[in-house]
Amino acid sequence: MDTPRIDVAYIAELAKLELNDEEKERYTHDLEQVLAYVTQLEKWDTGTVAPMCHPLEAFDALRADIPGESLDNKAALSNAPEQLNGQFRVPKVVESAH
Amino acid sequence: MLPFPRTTLTDLRRKLLDHELSSAELVQQYAQRMQQVNPALKAFISWDTERALLSARQADLSLPLGGLPIAVKDNICCLGEPARCASRMLENFVAPYDATAIAKLRIAGAIPFGRTNMDEFAMGSTGENSAFGPTLNPIDENCVPGGSSSGSAAAVAAGIIPAALGSDTGGSVRQPASHCGVVGLKPTYGRISRYGLVAFASSLDQIGTITTCVQDAALLLQALCGYDPLDSTSSKQPVPDFSAELSRGVQGMRIGLPKEYVSSGNAPEVQTALYSAAKALESQGADICEISLPHTEAAVASYYIIACAEASSNLARYDGVRYGYRVEHSPDNTGDIYARSRTLGFGDEVKRRIILGTYVLSGGYYEAYYARAQRVRALVARDFNQAFSSRIQLILGPVAPTPAPKLQAQDMTPLQVYLADIYTVPANLAGLPAISVPVPQASLPIGVQLLAPHYEEARMLRGAEVLEKTLA
Repeated sequence: MDTPRIDVAYIAELAKLELNDEEKERYTHDLEQVLAYVTQLEKWDTGTVAPMCHPLEAFDALRADIPGESLDNKAALSNAPEQLNGQFRVPKVVESAH
Repeated sequence: MLPFPRTTLTDLRRKLLDHELSSAELVQQYAQRMQQVNPALKAFISWDTERALLSARQADLSLPLGGLPIAVKDNICCLGEPARCASRMLENFVAPYDATAIAKLRIAGAIPFGRTNMDEFAMGSTGENSAFGPTLNPIDENCVPGGSSSGSAAAVAAGIIPAALGSDTGGSVRQPASHCGVVGLKPTYGRISRYGLVAFASSLDQIGTITTCVQDAALLLQALCGYDPLDSTSSKQPVPDFSAELSRGVQGMRIGLPKEYVSSGNAPEVQTALYSAAKALESQGADICEISLPHTEAAVASYYIIACAEASSNLARYDGVRYGYRVEHSPDNTGDIYARSRTLGFGDEVKRRIILGTYVLSGGYYEAYYARAQRVRALVARDFNQAFSSRIQLILGPVAPTPAPKLQAQDMTPLQVYLADIYTVPANLAGLPAISVPVPQASLPIGVQLLAPHYEEARMLRGAEVLEKTLA
């Protein structure tokens, strides 16, 4: 792996973050340094090992399908920035037909 | 800034039971201490004395933690209290439910009291990445207390709360405990439910305890452990009586000292602390064996890729719609709400890590970074398995390569800050329990760490108890 170039502006767009020019420059510098460091992962022989996505070998991920208590409508909306008629309120997301 | 004596939970409990003072008086006493020192120390972001007094007046003293106030890191939900993760993003968030850890504290009779300062969303190791300003180290105000559980460690060290909960994703309980001279315990992944802990990196996050002594760590851990149907990764392993095991000593125990941990990169006082800890264990009958964990060097690179990848996914939920910060004048375009709310709501380090995480998960890079980091994670875990299967019962190491750094050490790049996590991230990658125990120092505090196999917290606490008693 060569020293990686990171297109911070594009990645920020994917992550829904807006960066100004100073931030773009600073993050590019910081992250290229980090990425250059992590290229050392290449030097370890990982040919025989499977990716480890969880620290314990097995866990019981399934439970009985029994409906439990949930937050009621009021509690679920208690932190909503905007709400209307018991629902989260957002700007119109569908274009009107012409 | 150490005007107050530290008191153990055990001593306070005795005082409550002997009616030397009431739980309400105890809460009042700590509230006064907070009022006095917190404006400068900034260990707490908020506290609600009235609410705590209400619980104190109803406290059942017969319970294991009956009437004892415990502070809570700002990323753990307590019903009706703010849980802001020291972020502007959650500045108006009030938790609509109790985290399981908090529910368990209440069942044990404890009184959650005060929200402790932290690095925003638990991302940082100095406490400086807080939207509420940095916490000072109560031992030396020119130094950081460590992080990300900065406020929890500083509050316990300053005697303004007897014990606190933190969270440990890559050392965030153990490292600030080391820098502040208190005891920090991260249990095995899955021991304590993560339900109600704000997610940073779900395969690494674990709630932990910060206390003034090892005995209190055992007491508090006892109340917190256990399977929870609300967290499918929580463990069904039986929970032993940690306090009962505590004084069994280390006679005949084989304790590994990894040669990779005795590094020339350590500050001399860290090396000295490590050797005095080894000597102390040896003097009590332990057999100190040199071992090797050959993939130690790879841990930080693997950790930062995995942690940031998981963070970029977990923090995608902050979109300004259901909770959290939303830009003042909502634009017409929903996409703009997401981007502008996130841009103004998140701080610098959080954005840096989201971008790194998004990058390593993006098309064309996933295999080269994320999958490779997960394979290296398996190698790091295998090192520990091999050590523990060759009759090593505990592993001794440093917590951090240096004592607490100065506040606002501007000359540190993000990479240099990450590299200082070398001794703490392996336990998270492998899911192992680990505890930081202070080694008494003339100057800045330094802790050493004991690591144990999965679910062997009791054995780890025995070693920690021996260290504490022998080094005192």
